[in-house]
Amino acid sequence: MPPSTIGRTAAVGAHRRPTPRGSAFEPLFRAVCFSAATALLAALGGVLVSLAIGGWPAISRFGLGFITSVTWDPVQDVYGAAGPIVGTLITSALALLFALPIAAGVAFFLVELCPPILRRPIGTAVELLAGIPSIVYGMWGLFVFAPVFSKWVELPAMSAAPAGSTWQTLVQGIPNGSGILAASIILAVMILPFMAATLRELLMAVPAQVRESAYGLGATTGEVVMKVTLPYVRRGAIGAVMLGLGRALGETMAVTFIIGNAHGLPKGMFDAGSTIASTIANEFNEAGPLQSSALLALGLVLFVITFTVLALARLLLRDQARL
Amino acid sequence: MKTLFTAAIAAAVCFGGIALAADLSGAGATFPAPVYAKWAEAYKTQTGNALNYQAIGSGGGVKQINAKTVDFGASDKPLTADVLAADGLQQFPTVVGGVVPVMNLPGIKPGEIRITGPILADIYRGIRTKWNDPVIASYNRGVKLPDMPITVVHRSDGSGTTFLFTSYLSLQAPHWKSGPGASDSVNWPVGIGGKGNDGVAAFVKQTPGAIGYVEYAYAKQNHMTYALMQNKAKRWVAPDAGAFAAAAAGAKWSAAPGFYLLLLDQPGANAWPITGATFILMHSRQENAQTGHDVLAFFDWAYKNGNPAAEALDYVPLPDPVKSLVRASWKKIVGADGKPVWH
Repeated sequence: MPPSTIGRTAAVGAHRRPTPRGSAFEPLFRAVCFSAATALLAALGGVLVSLAIGGWPAISRFGLGFITSVTWDPVQDVYGAAGPIVGTLITSALALLFALPIAAGVAFFLVELCPPILRRPIGTAVELLAGIPSIVYGMWGLFVFAPVFSKWVELPAMSAAPAGSTWQTLVQGIPNGSGILAASIILAVMILPFMAATLRELLMAVPAQVRESAYGLGATTGEVVMKVTLPYVRRGAIGAVMLGLGRALGETMAVTFIIGNAHGLPKGMFDAGSTIASTIANEFNEAGPLQSSALLALGLVLFVITFTVLALARLLLRDQARL
Repeated sequence: MKTLFTAAIAAAVCFGGIALAADLSGAGATFPAPVYAKWAEAYKTQTGNALNYQAIGSGGGVKQINAKTVDFGASDKPLTADVLAADGLQQFPTVVGGVVPVMNLPGIKPGEIRITGPILADIYRGIRTKWNDPVIASYNRGVKLPDMPITVVHRSDGSGTTFLFTSYLSLQAPHWKSGPGASDSVNWPVGIGGKGNDGVAAFVKQTPGAIGYVEYAYAKQNHMTYALMQNKAKRWVAPDAGAFAAAAAGAKWSAAPGFYLLLLDQPGANAWPITGATFILMHSRQENAQTGHDVLAFFDWAYKNGNPAAEALDYVPLPDPVKSLVRASWKKIVGADGKPVWH
């Protein structure tokens, strides 16, 4: 036995652990991980600060009027963003309303009902749908969806509406397939795969014995889903929905193509509107100084809305982890 | 042998220098981007010199040239002589194009309907809302105008096309000038916004009774229904290359400092009323005289050889006298030593 080995054995005997071979890299590894994490935080903070600085001229000039006024006039340099803000909230909420039942259906089917041979193809298709670039949805929406939507939904709905009814107020606008409702439907198609995939993951994480016990007690598939697995993943599911909502809030190109891009408050579901992201995409290239500032301030508003949504989601997901 | 060696070194240094200097960069307007790309491609095959043009929008072009991140900027919206002087810039036009009102009217063929500037302004203001409006009908005797609401379509993105169109409406109707005004994007009183020329064209095609405005190339390539417009000479003209050239030829370029000219409502008998040129911006004082020279060499080449490519893409080349005026103006672009970079 060589002398060095004898020395190490003695050390172990004295309850001292041997130095691991990779220990030299440990500080480096920690430093890299730490700086990666802090760089991300710094970037986030940097975006927030630069949006605030860039938007300050507009915010200080218009004050609260920036989010309450509907006048957006680049010629007179007067900017009120109530139209885009309301448009963003309405389209995102509607998109969620349309997408959620379908996403839940897809997830339940894949986890509870799907024959094993179809599970992979359908699962992959859902993930592929999530990978389609948003501009493709926009072009499809404008050139394929809009004419169909106009002919089969908007025109019948408008001609069927009794004069002077709430129904008529709701469906006013230009029946050419664009507008608030059309944009919401396109958004729903876009966030659907994302939410379906997340919900599927959540449902699959439900322990087998919970589900099996319910079946063992004689529950039907519907009862298992409604009374056992869904309540089990309730909070996580809300988190998934919030993430979908976050995506809908920030979606830009597809909405820009189909929403009709009119500033001001939409009068009905078929009327043209705008969202924060579509307004920025439309006008940033050619914006004058104060207009750029107003657009950056709009970006800040969107940041705050999205951040609130994601923070809520985080909060709910944390509660889920504690369960 | 030694001489040969020196010559080789000299040649290498020389060519190396040219290759470096020749990588020209420009940025700005999207409207002329296809023709600039075509010219750059042909120029590279013929001379070996590369030019890189980024279509980032006219506003971006002005910002970039002021920041000196590009060798030339490009804008559809000309800068006034005062702004040019303040920023130390020179400006010259390259090609001409036209903006065309297009519509979707069942039963009406291209060129069958006639529209005047004031009527166009009324429609875009929301004052005239039906196609069979008596005032529209008074210019269209014998045409069966449908009893249909007018749906107004405009550009949603800021663009030189909108600038030309709204400038024309301001010229034709006092209520437009004091109302929405003229700019890249305005506060539209009515209507829906399509993204880009193709967005506007798509909305017009999908909406019976719609009216929009697009660049001539889009109207032509999509076979859209266009209107005859009444020009300053009170003649009815159809939008085509000849009508845009007539507007460019009739304009008083020599009397326009910095070539600031909108070509709207020009006097020529055949002139199309909504015509505009697109412009190049360069610093009056070039830090690197060779770069300045190379940029001008490119546009000189394009003036000489670029007409067929421009026409194939439905742009109208500048009339020859205007090209001579532009070349003469290049004397004002000087190097660090104060000597003109172009000779």
